[in-house]
Amino acid sequence: MAKIKPSKGAPYARILGVGGYRPTRVVPNEVILERIDSSDEWIRSRSGIETRHWAGPEETVTAMSLEASGKALADAGISAEQIGGVIVSTVSHFRQTPAVATEIADKLGTDKAAAFDISAGCAGFGYGLTLAKGMISEGSAQYVLVIGVERLSDLTDLEDRATAFLFGDGAGAVVVGPSEEPAIGPTVWGSEGDKSDTIKQTVPWTDYRDGTVDKFPAITQEGQAVFRWAVFEMAKVAKEALDAAGLSPDDLDVFIPHQANVRIIDSMVKTLKLPEHVTVARDIRTTGNTSAASIPLAMERLLATGEAKSGDTALVIGFGAGLVYAATVVTLP
Amino acid sequence: MAATQEEIVAGLAEIVNEIAGIPVEDVQLDKSFTDDLDVDSLSMVEVVVAAEERFDVKIPDDDVKNLKTVGDATEYILKHQA
Repeated sequence: MAKIKPSKGAPYARILGVGGYRPTRVVPNEVILERIDSSDEWIRSRSGIETRHWAGPEETVTAMSLEASGKALADAGISAEQIGGVIVSTVSHFRQTPAVATEIADKLGTDKAAAFDISAGCAGFGYGLTLAKGMISEGSAQYVLVIGVERLSDLTDLEDRATAFLFGDGAGAVVVGPSEEPAIGPTVWGSEGDKSDTIKQTVPWTDYRDGTVDKFPAITQEGQAVFRWAVFEMAKVAKEALDAAGLSPDDLDVFIPHQANVRIIDSMVKTLKLPEHVTVARDIRTTGNTSAASIPLAMERLLATGEAKSGDTALVIGFGAGLVYAATVVTLP
Repeated sequence: MAATQEEIVAGLAEIVNEIAGIPVEDVQLDKSFTDDLDVDSLSMVEVVVAAEERFDVKIPDDDVKNLKTVGDATEYILKHQA
């Protein structure tokens, strides 16, 4: 039997740079209230959201990804030609084939980097990061770009008072590369398909095409069920990720949960009993819920404002439609 | 040992006080969580989870929406506690 030569990767992986793109149009709650019977106070108290960004026609999934990726590459000091893999997590790119990652890889100027899309909802960043880490440790790529990008405004029912205010658009990207020290902890991830009805697209595209429904599909969710799962089940997952990394809450500098709702974030912090010194991302207030883009966007903002600094230890956890989740501890770039 | 109605109301009052900051004496059987006690739908989930732990009872999401008043919750817990 022929002996196959094994691939050889880096000992460990780390996030080397982060970049984000927020669409130019800022949408305050007043605009949302033109279509639903609610109030600014209600929206703020239930979600923490004051404004969100909505993408214009030119701010496509590709365009936003290129902006965020360019910043992440510059932050990492890596050129596009060095990128061996491009992973894009999105649920709001409306051309299913080919994968949008291939177009992004090309337009960025990578040298035929492996490129593919993943669908893991609001856990997409953690899923992509885990794949990137594996590719680098295994040796199939030296540097990998992980992009979370959404135009959720395209999948929002502006007449649904429970979700119309919730979603935003944007892109966040990180460059993952080799490291001599562990800088991305073990991932605790999984899926709970028995809860697939909790957050979902209202109907399949084909129902809309066939005229079974009049309304374009949108994302819908069962608020209370999602809240309970996110706060209490995901706190357990976050704790497992800390344990897996051999750390305690005291070792953390930063907590970056998926920006789903400030109430979820606050309750998670309480349930996890995070110490006062831990900086908590609450980017949701001015960004809304941007699904796969939320964690890298929040990470970029914390670093840009100086609330977090390079080398800080951050617990990141994404959770959403599937239901799916992924949590890990990272060293910030 | 199963909790009595009085114990459940007192326990719920402590939970509602902890989560929504409502004075314990305001938490009475006839009070509506949303209309009288300022417990919104998300805080209600926190109340329910705390009540589950305290009274060793399971309150599924589908049943939460039927618990409009403190009396509804008390009755549910009385009936379902282990």
